[in-house]
Amino acid sequence: MTTIVRHMDELAPVTDTQTIERHNISPEEYERIRSILGRAPNLVELGVFSVMWSEHCSYKSSRKHLRLFPTSGPQVIQGPGENAGVVDIGDGDVVVFKMESHNHPSYIEPYQGAATGVGGILRDIFTMGARPVASLDSLRFGAVTHHKTRYLLDGVVSGVAGYGNCMGVPTVGGELVFDRCYNSNCLVNVFNLGLARGDAIFKGKAEGAGNPIMYVGAKTGRDGIHGATMASEEFDETSEQRRPTVQVGDPFTEKRLLEACLELFKTDYVVGIQDMGAAGLTSSSMEMASRAGTGIEMDLARVPRREKGMTAYEIMLSESQERMLLVARKGTEEKVAAIFHKWGLNADVVGHVTRDGMARISDGGKVVVNIPAAPLSDQAPVYDRPAAPPADLAVRQELDLDELHQPVDLTATLLEMIGSPNLCLREWVWRQYDHQVRTNTVQKPGSDAAVIRVKGTTKAVAMSVDCNARYCWLDPYEGGKQAVAEAARNVACSGATPLAITDCLNFGSPERPDVMWSFIRAIEGMSEACRALDTPVVSGNVSFYNQTGDDPIRPTPTVGAVGLLREVDKLVGQFYRNEGDLIILIGETFPEIGGSEYLSVIHGIERGAPPKTNLTAEAALIKTLIRLADERAVSSMHDLSDGGLAVALAESALPPSGGGFGFHVKVNTGLRPDVALFSESQGRALISCPPDKLERIVEIIADAGLPGEVIGRVTTSEASITINDAPTVSTTVAALHSRWSGALPKLMGGGAVGH
Amino acid sequence: MKFAVIEFPGSNCDHDFYHAAKHALGCETRFVWHQERDLSGFDVVILPGGFSFGDYLRAGAIARFSPIMAEVARHAKRGGYVLGVCNGFQILTEAGLLPGALTLNHGRKFICADMRLRVETANSFVTRGLEKGRVITVPIAHMEGRYIADEGTLRRLNGDDRVLLRYCDGQGAVTDQANPNGAAENIAGILSEGRNVAGMMPHPERVVEKALGGEDGLLILNSILSRAA
Repeated sequence: MTTIVRHMDELAPVTDTQTIERHNISPEEYERIRSILGRAPNLVELGVFSVMWSEHCSYKSSRKHLRLFPTSGPQVIQGPGENAGVVDIGDGDVVVFKMESHNHPSYIEPYQGAATGVGGILRDIFTMGARPVASLDSLRFGAVTHHKTRYLLDGVVSGVAGYGNCMGVPTVGGELVFDRCYNSNCLVNVFNLGLARGDAIFKGKAEGAGNPIMYVGAKTGRDGIHGATMASEEFDETSEQRRPTVQVGDPFTEKRLLEACLELFKTDYVVGIQDMGAAGLTSSSMEMASRAGTGIEMDLARVPRREKGMTAYEIMLSESQERMLLVARKGTEEKVAAIFHKWGLNADVVGHVTRDGMARISDGGKVVVNIPAAPLSDQAPVYDRPAAPPADLAVRQELDLDELHQPVDLTATLLEMIGSPNLCLREWVWRQYDHQVRTNTVQKPGSDAAVIRVKGTTKAVAMSVDCNARYCWLDPYEGGKQAVAEAARNVACSGATPLAITDCLNFGSPERPDVMWSFIRAIEGMSEACRALDTPVVSGNVSFYNQTGDDPIRPTPTVGAVGLLREVDKLVGQFYRNEGDLIILIGETFPEIGGSEYLSVIHGIERGAPPKTNLTAEAALIKTLIRLADERAVSSMHDLSDGGLAVALAESALPPSGGGFGFHVKVNTGLRPDVALFSESQGRALISCPPDKLERIVEIIADAGLPGEVIGRVTTSEASITINDAPTVSTTVAALHSRWSGALPKLMGGGAVGH
Repeated sequence: MKFAVIEFPGSNCDHDFYHAAKHALGCETRFVWHQERDLSGFDVVILPGGFSFGDYLRAGAIARFSPIMAEVARHAKRGGYVLGVCNGFQILTEAGLLPGALTLNHGRKFICADMRLRVETANSFVTRGLEKGRVITVPIAHMEGRYIADEGTLRRLNGDDRVLLRYCDGQGAVTDQANPNGAAENIAGILSEGRNVAGMMPHPERVVEKALGGEDGLLILNSILSRAA
C-alpha cells in the first residue's frame, strides 16, 4: 500500500473508492469521516482514520461485548482503558500488568515479530511508571508434524529471548501448546508485570494547554507502516509478502528508554506519556489528546527520522519501535532532554497541547492533518456483528464413552501422555529465557505459577497464563469459565490470593457469525468466572482475524491471572518434598473425558462436552489452597488440569532440576480406570503433607465443604497407581522423567543438552 | 570493603550485584556510571552482567572504550580487585585485562540454567573460602560464553593455576556432557596474572539466598571479604 500512496498527492481530498477500500474503510465509515471533518479527508487523514478505526486499535467488533467484563473492585486502581491495569498489593505498592498479542507479525517473521511483541508490552508497563519485573509468554503453534512448526517455534522463542534477556526482564513462565488449528496462524501472547508505588502512576493524557509535546527514543523509519491494519485482516497466500510491515526491534534502545523514563518519572516534569505502539505517532498523539479532552499541534518536520524523503503519511503511520510521546510541564523541556541525552537518546519538542480539541499536524508549514481529536476515538464505529452458533456444534459435543476402547496397559498410556507434545517438559523453551535476572524469581518456570518476590517487603506476586482452546471450541462458554478458573487456581496453588486478570482474546474473523458467537460466549463465561472468583479484568487485548482463508483458529481467550502472597516464605510448589508424606486429592472426579488431552493423544479424538466448571466449588477450592499454604500445612500443591489425576501425580514427581520423589496411590472409584485417571474435571487439586498435619488439613477441607481423600503417599522412586485393588500403573520416576524430558528436545532436533 | 558496581548502558545485573554486595554481604556499595573517571576509595570493582551497548559488534567490544575502563585498568594495576561476571567477563577480555575471548555458545542458543562448577584453585580472592575440587552450583545466563584461547594461553592459565572454575557434573567430573557452551577445557572462569582480576560466566550474585534456590554464590562473595588469602 505504501508504494502506491507515495505517488499520490497527500493533501488532495480522497474520494476514489479504490484508495478508500485499500485502507479497509467501508463506505459507511467513509461517510462518517466526512461528517466528522465536514469535508473529504486527505490521504494522510484517511491513513489516520484507517489505523485508528482498524479492528486492532478501535476494538470496533469487540467493544460492545467487552463491557460484560467485571472491571472494578477494591483492589483495582486502574482498569481497562489505559496502557495497562493497576492493582493494589498493599502498603502503597501496586502491580501494573497486561498481556498483548503479536500473532500476525510473528507468523510472518517469527524472530522480529516475537521480539517486538515483547518490546511493545514492556513499553506499555513502563509507560505507566512501573519497572517491568516479570514476563510470561503464551505460545501456540500448529501440529508438531507441520512443516512450519519447528521454524516458527524456534524463531519465536529466540525472539522472546533476544529481546527480553537484553532488557534484563526475566521471562519466568508461560505456556506452549501445539494444535493443528494454529498451522497457519500461530499465537504469540506476551504478559508483563511491573512494580510501582501507587502514588507514582503515569497516564497517557495530553493535559495543560501550552505544555510541550516531546518525542523521545528511537528515530522514525519506514518500518511497520500499517502493521495495525495487517493485524486486522485475515491471512491469504500473499501474507508472507508482508514481511516489510513487521517492525524490527532494538532492545538496547528500549533498555535505555526504560532507564531514562524511570529516571524521568522520579522528577515532576511529566504530565502524560504514551508509548508509540500500534499505529505509532498517530495513535499516541490522538489518544492522549482524546483522553484529556484537549487538542494538539505538532510539526512532523521536527520528528527525528532515520530515512530520507519520508512523507507525512509515512511518518504518521510508521510503527518504528522504541519510541514514546510525552507531554512535559512547560519550562522543563531541557531538563527532560538532558535525562534522555544521558542515555544516548533523542528527545525533541515536536508540538504542544492546545485547547481547541483539534489534532492539527503540519509538515514544515503546510497542515497535513486537521481532525477533531475526541470524535476520532468517541465516534469510532462500534459493530454489533451477527452471531450464531457453529452449525456443527452438536456434532462436536457428541461422545459415546462406550465406543471408546480402554487401553490394555495404562502404564504405557501414562508414559505416552507425559511424553506428548502438550504435556512434556518445556525446559527447552525457558532455558533460552533469562528467568532469574533481577534476583526475584522464587518459583522458577515449570510449576503451576511463576512467583517473584518484592524486594524490601515480605511479599511475592504469583502469575499464570492459561487457556484450553479445545474446550473453547467445544463450548466457548465453559471454556471461558475454565480459563479463568485454571489461571486463578494455578496462582492459588502457590499459596497466593488471585487478585485480578488480564487477557488476550485470540479469535478468527469477527465477520463470521460462528466466530462472533464463540467470542461472545467466551466473554460471558470468563465474566461469570471473574465475578465468582473476585478477579476483575484490568487490562487486555483482542486479536481477531487469526484465520487463513476459511479456516479460523479455535477460540483462544488466554487468561493471565495475578495473585498476592503476603509472606513469601509460605510459598508452596507443586513437587513432592518428603518421602512418606501423604497425598490428598481435593475435589470431585466426574466422567469428564470430552475434549481431554487423553482423548486427543491416545484416541485421536477431539470431541465431547468439555468439563463443567462449578464456580462455587472452584472458589471454595481456591480459598482452601490459600489457607493450607497460610497455615504451612502442606509440602506441595498442584492443580489438576490437562491429563487429569494421573498426569498431575506424575508432574508432582518431576521437578525440572531432577531429584524428585515418587508416589504410591490407591483409587477407589466407580469410574472406568482410564476415565478415573485422565478425566479433566475442574475444581481439583493434589496436595502432599507430613502425616502429622493430616488432622488439621482434613478440618480445613471439610470446613470448605469440599470432598477430600487421602489417596496415597510419597515414595522414593516408585510411581504406581492401584484402582479398586487392581495394580493399574506401575513404573518409576526415572522412567517417567526420561519420557517427559526427552520429548521436546527430540522434537526440536537438538538432542541432549548438557547440564 | 567498599564495592563499586560499574553501570554501562545495557548492563542489567547491576542491581542484582548491588543487592548482593549491599544486603547479602552488608558492604558499602555504590553504582559508578561508565562515563565517570574515578574509582579511588573502592576495594572491589564489579563489572556486572547484561548487554552493555546491546552487545552490538561483539559482547563487550564497545564497553571497553568507556571512560571508566581506563580507571578500571589503573585499579587493577594498583592491585585492586576486579570481578567481571558474564558480560563483565566479556568486557575484561575485550579490554585485555584477561586473556582469551568469549564466543557464541556451541549450541547457538542462550542458556539460562544451574551449572555444577568445580573449584580449580583456592588461591584467589573469589575462591579462597573454598577448597580446590569442591563442586558448587551457580547459574549461567548467556549466549556468548564459550571461552576460547590459544594453546599457549591455555597452557599458561593451567601452569600458573589461573583457572578458577570448570563446568563439571554432579560428581565433579569435567566432561563434554557437562560443558554447556563448548568452552575450551570446560573453563567457566579465570584469573589475571596478578590474580587480582577475575572473570567468570556463572552468576554468583543470583544465588545468595535460599529463597532464590541456593546460596553457593555466597561462598564466592564471602571469599572476597575474607582477607586470609
